[in-house]
Amino acid sequence: MANKLGLDQAKIDRARKLAGQIADDVMGSIADKTTVAMERTVLRLFGLDGVNEEGIPLPNVLVDAVVKKGKLERGISAWVLNAMLQTGMGIQEIGELVAAGELELTQLPLASDKEIRDRGAKEAQRALDRVRQSREARNERLLSLGEGSKPYVYVIVATGNIYEDVIQAKAAARQGADIIAVIRTTGQSLLDYVPYGATTEGFGGTYATQANFRIMRAALDEVGEEVGRYIRLCNYASGLCMPEMAAMGAMERLDVMLNDALYGILFRDINMQRTLIDQHFSRMINAYAGIIINTGEDNYLTTADAVAAAHTVLASQLINEQLAKHSGLPDEQMGLGHAFEMNPAIEDGFLWEWAQAEMAREIFPNAPLKYMPPTKHMTGDIFLGHVQDALFNLIGVATGQGIQLLGMMTEAIHTPLLHDRQLAIESARYIFNNARHLQDEVQFKQDGRMVKRARQVLDEATETMAGIVQKGLFHALSEGVFADVKRTWEGGKGRHGVVQRAPEYYNPIEEELVRRLSLGTAKEAVVE
Amino acid sequence: MKDLRHVRPYGDTWNDGMMQLSFSLPIPFGEEAKETARQYVAKLGLIEPQVVHGVDLGEEMSFFIVYAKATHTIDFTSITVPKIETPVMDFYEINRFIKERIGRKVVVVGACTGTDAHTVGIDAIMNMKGYAGEYGLERYPEIEAYNMGSQVSNEALIRRAMEVRADALLVSQVVTQKDVHIPNLTELVDMLEAQGIRERMIVICGGPRLNHELALELGYDAGFGAGTLAPDVASFIVHEMDKRTQEK
Ligand code: B12
Repeated sequence: MANKLGLDQAKIDRARKLAGQIADDVMGSIADKTTVAMERTVLRLFGLDGVNEEGIPLPNVLVDAVVKKGKLERGISAWVLNAMLQTGMGIQEIGELVAAGELELTQLPLASDKEIRDRGAKEAQRALDRVRQSREARNERLLSLGEGSKPYVYVIVATGNIYEDVIQAKAAARQGADIIAVIRTTGQSLLDYVPYGATTEGFGGTYATQANFRIMRAALDEVGEEVGRYIRLCNYASGLCMPEMAAMGAMERLDVMLNDALYGILFRDINMQRTLIDQHFSRMINAYAGIIINTGEDNYLTTADAVAAAHTVLASQLINEQLAKHSGLPDEQMGLGHAFEMNPAIEDGFLWEWAQAEMAREIFPNAPLKYMPPTKHMTGDIFLGHVQDALFNLIGVATGQGIQLLGMMTEAIHTPLLHDRQLAIESARYIFNNARHLQDEVQFKQDGRMVKRARQVLDEATETMAGIVQKGLFHALSEGVFADVKRTWEGGKGRHGVVQRAPEYYNPIEEELVRRLSLGTAKEAVVE
Repeated sequence: MKDLRHVRPYGDTWNDGMMQLSFSLPIPFGEEAKETARQYVAKLGLIEPQVVHGVDLGEEMSFFIVYAKATHTIDFTSITVPKIETPVMDFYEINRFIKERIGRKVVVVGACTGTDAHTVGIDAIMNMKGYAGEYGLERYPEIEAYNMGSQVSNEALIRRAMEVRADALLVSQVVTQKDVHIPNLTELVDMLEAQGIRERMIVICGGPRLNHELALELGYDAGFGAGTLAPDVASFIVHEMDKRTQEK
């Protein structure tokens, strides 16, 4: 990647090092804990699915039963593996018996530790082999079908009805989209369970369920073959069920997932311990599944000012990068978020946006950055909005962004209609094609405004991170360092689902992921 | 001569009725689709429709841009819109008004309610920092403002309002698709009425897709839309409080 802005590599290295310290500190505070969501994820990967008579997912039923007995600190695995050994039944049968009230996991005689671990290792192998197969299936399709050129054209569908979403998504693929994101419905992030089955009634989005993932995957595979391009599918590993959704995404071959604990903390008031633990496990799963994660820094600029708070985006990206490394994500799977969110009334705003987008590109040369369009300053003036989006697209291609989340002229009004997407894709394709090699032709004046702006943002980000290193991330969050929003260690939703691990805690999926991703465990990472 | 009692859209000549439309039809693209679009527009009471652009959207869907001329007219002189009639004062005038006419601090509780997680709108009205160069209510020395943030249940909002003896409730609703905000806004008023406390406070809603007329329909005292600033709301609250004490 060219160094057009003349950013000082030593400064970038120092910023990264600070971010590394912050991330190590975070890992140290979460390593000895698990969560109800993490344990439910293990059950899902073991193959447990379905709901009880009241519609409660079986993973919830089992984990809640063990929580009630006060015995989750060992992890759910030992209890279900033991039940499998004692009864000779599979995970699904056991789940159904527990749901029917005919089996109490903690009341059975206990097999030896070795028996449990042997069985656990086997189940984990099987679970992760399935994930590997879906990863390989993606690679094969990418090889045989090929893919669109970067920036990938990313559009959302959000009708609330998965079958309507399918029509919109297939049309978008035919119009030129490379990535289809199904937005999840309002309110889902605070549900402590994953809804079940195909769904047709969401608000501002569609329920993220495993059945919905599968329906959309099949539709995109079908249209991908017709248009001769692999169409990527994106959904959310977010909210109180982050790792469960990551597991479902891994099994159903999603390609991209929004995955950012900080977003949940700041914008949904989810407890930070809970979601950082969930994030770590979910990112390990995303990493192994070959899924690109998307982080949510762009959102900071909706509550904080895009010029004044630009450095917080960079600081957060650097921290997110280091946290992602702890979970085994390679650069190529880090879709770090940033955005074009300055007030259009600002003189030279286009220059500042360009400088920042170029800066992000140069600091994260191998990451497929997710570049977000103007949203906050979009208004009911859809005609002006189309022009705002055009400027954004020009910067996207001029700075070689990896993923261009197309803006919609109707952003201030509703989730995209069929033709909103068509107009957005048409405009983006025009601009990308018309300015394809602009980035190779342009250099910046080394003493000019744009270079100065980029350097200033880097300096401010470094300063912010030095402050965070002093205080620790949790304290900094309580002071409102990101997005002008303040959150505390004990506050927020989902705190009750955090469980201290006992010394005999056992999680074979985690162990196998650590092995396959060649990671140290969270604890070791801190010691080294 | 402009006849304001018979108004139609204007392109470049009085009374030309010129309108632009764009829409999709769920039919495969082609000459039949264009003709369908043309006839459809004609059925809307528009004449001389011209389909100037059409695109195949895939999945047997087609998009059109159409120009046509309107025939209907409307009597501009007979239009009335319910509006907030109280004059808007500035920061200093409002504080002075409270001191002089109300004689105690005005207590305001605000929240973005239901599952709605958008805080920027209510923050713009309430937070110290304010919005577009106007301070928010927290900055007003004569106002005691409590901003509960987003995703607040109607129960929690009422509980807080009772605790701090609120004079006014400010409810923000930004997610309005499929009219999700309507049951939520209605529920608040129903709950206040059921508890017999509706008359004790001024209840106001706001958001980019809300307006005064809708607010009145839903049983609110006022509604504010896009671009509202703190003084707009504060002026209404203090005038309304003053009016109510006068009436007693
Ligand atoms: C910022 C933003 C977000 C941020 C919010 C951050 C935060 N903490 O607030 C984030 C990224 C979190 C977000 C999330 C979502 N968003 Co959003 N978001 C926006 C966006 C881009 C800007 C809104 C904004 O901040 N405007 C600036 C403020 C100042 O304006 P305002 O809200 O209109 O407020 C003014 C007036 O309306 C009024 N006002 C507002 N409230 C009140 C209250 C009172 C009492 C008074 C007097 C006045 C008043 O005064 C304010 C100042 O003038 C809009 C698009 C747009 N450009 O409008 C979408 C938008 C509102 N979001 C939308 C959606 C669908 C969502 C999600 C549901 C998507 C999803 N499925 O996950 C989620 C929300 C989940 C949830 N549980 O609510 C849709 C809503 C569609 C609709 N009509 O229902 C929009 C229009 C985008 C779109 N086209 O899809 N969003």
